[in-house]
Amino acid sequence: MKQEPITIEDFKEFFSKIVRIRTIEQAIAERYHAQEMKCPMHLSIGQEGPAVAISMQLNASDKMLSTHRSHAHYLAKGGNLNMMISEFFGRETGCSGGMGGSMHLIDKSCGFEGATAIVGNTIPIAAGVALSQKLSKSKNITVVCFGEGATEEGVFSETLNITSVKNLPLIFFVENNGYSVYSPLSPRQSSNRHITKISEAHGIKSLKGNGNNIEEALAISSKAVKYVREKRKPCLIELETYRYLEHCGPNNDDHIGYRTKKEIDFWKSYDVIANAKKAIKELGVSPDSLEKLIQENTKEEIDNAFREATLAPFPKIERSISYEYA
Amino acid sequence: MNMLNKNSVKELKQNKRINNFADGIAAAFFDSMRYDPTVLAFGLGATDPKNIFGTMAGLEDEFGNERVFDTPISENAMTGMAIGLAISGYKPVLTHQRLDFSLLSIDQIVNAAAKWYFMFGGQQSVPLVIRMIIGQGWGQGPTHSQALQSWFAQIPGLKVIMPAFPKDGYNLFRSSIADPNPVIFIEHRWLHQMSWNGEGRVVSPTQLGKSNRISTGSDITIVSNSIGSVYSHHAANILKKYNVGVEVIDAFNLRDFDINSISKSVAKTGRLLTVDFSHQFCSIGTEIIAQVLPLNFADLKIAPERIALPNFPVGTSFNIEKDFYFSTIDICKKIESMLNVTFPNIDDELKEYQSSSKKRFDGPF
Repeated sequence: MKQEPITIEDFKEFFSKIVRIRTIEQAIAERYHAQEMKCPMHLSIGQEGPAVAISMQLNASDKMLSTHRSHAHYLAKGGNLNMMISEFFGRETGCSGGMGGSMHLIDKSCGFEGATAIVGNTIPIAAGVALSQKLSKSKNITVVCFGEGATEEGVFSETLNITSVKNLPLIFFVENNGYSVYSPLSPRQSSNRHITKISEAHGIKSLKGNGNNIEEALAISSKAVKYVREKRKPCLIELETYRYLEHCGPNNDDHIGYRTKKEIDFWKSYDVIANAKKAIKELGVSPDSLEKLIQENTKEEIDNAFREATLAPFPKIERSISYEYA
Repeated sequence: MNMLNKNSVKELKQNKRINNFADGIAAAFFDSMRYDPTVLAFGLGATDPKNIFGTMAGLEDEFGNERVFDTPISENAMTGMAIGLAISGYKPVLTHQRLDFSLLSIDQIVNAAAKWYFMFGGQQSVPLVIRMIIGQGWGQGPTHSQALQSWFAQIPGLKVIMPAFPKDGYNLFRSSIADPNPVIFIEHRWLHQMSWNGEGRVVSPTQLGKSNRISTGSDITIVSNSIGSVYSHHAANILKKYNVGVEVIDAFNLRDFDINSISKSVAKTGRLLTVDFSHQFCSIGTEIIAQVLPLNFADLKIAPERIALPNFPVGTSFNIEKDFYFSTIDICKKIESMLNVTFPNIDDELKEYQSSSKKRFDGPF
């Protein structure tokens, strides 16, 4: 399959989007302490690369589903920022009407079909969305984002199987950040276990790379999307990346000792924004003014979103009851 | 077991080969799929030669293998896939040959199907039907016979439907498929052989109802579901001979039962017996009594009673099975004791009923 070369415009778009998402996530972390966003918050800081790399290959009619840590996916896919922030504030105007919070985001207008909070839960649902695309002879595809932990769930293998049996246009998008909450890989997965080999054993094309490396993340994502779109077959992508903050919450938890200093230092030296800057600089463009511009624009967006959220009404319990049945 | 073969598809269309409840389910599939191209039907064994006890016979030939298909043994993924289809414009029906197998998919049923509409603020409903069949007899044993309807009925967002009679089975299944919510549709295996000629098939399904009053009487109210309603109906007929008026309300909609009709009936009879085919502990019968008590406390002449299954699993041995399950006889005896009367020659009457009632279920599953 012929690969389109990655252009300077791609690099700039990637860079702009990861900077925007990080700026938003950092603002959420900073303002979380005010205790107005009363819901568990799994921030994506450090993991912006994969979300943006895959979303850049998709259009609004392509579908995406995700997990408890979905802010980056939602934003990268084009989800409405104001509705996301309002959701964190538990307001009626939130993307889930205040019923879901940070772990249950949705924006059907951009194909973000839903993120849920039980590990592996959206994997088979995404297969159903992809089957609907097959049955309706749609040209669109579906991406389901999840972490390496979800590959330990039985439903991951079950879904690889049915997706391969039915040739569904689905991308299994695995972000491997090496941790399930505080648990490292060693008690969870054999060192001889390779996620891409599991999918390959089901007859599924599988690609692996580093999600913090802009060239790799973009090239792999582009290749996978093209393959699934044209061949109408599933594909699995595993991108390594790293979460900077605690599993859930706005703080750094490097002091509690479940991750080594060496490991943390390595990943911080391999930060996706720093890597992207370097790559852009090598192409002869200065990233600093672009970064500043994006940060300023995003700050305005954020202030506006927070202002709107705090002004919006809270849902009443009666409204909650009306959501029990359609 | 009456099975429709390929040649009978045409006859099914012409209303000719419907003989029983199982055929009625196949006809409901057939009519739903014919009038609504978004309806899909799948499940383990859906397209095998036995077509889930005949309940899915002829569907693949008529509607093709994209709409009707067999699946891997992956209950959780299949349920998730059904949910994904349901949030994308389709109306999937997933069938489990035994309810017990659905337990592998509780995450998808409870955390996804039941919650989706709610947790995304009413934006996207999940029009999904999951059929589950409860086994009984021929040594189905501890894990092929569970009646866990109260589990599902406790989950907000799910509807739980347990039909008793074949025509209701047809209509309720049609309505369940048309309903925009996830519906757990539970069939007792023995119902499949109940006779029906297919009269009354419809083009458009009605909205899901709550209950049917299947016998009228003024001495005692029975609220029942599924095969319990069949037994209760039989009991009501037998007790007519003793001038006992038994009012039977078939409360087929388990989570949304018709408390007003039940309360009205209890106000008339002053006596309430629930007949619920499940473990007694935390059963639907228990919930019905709990709701009736504050409404009808002054009307009640005696304490309400429950007939249900014991609070332990059923052993496989035939000798255990026969004492584990209730039947029409137990209902008549319970009413005798609740009314504090003696029905003369009731044992002979019941013996005659027993020998005239349908052939015992003789397996294999």
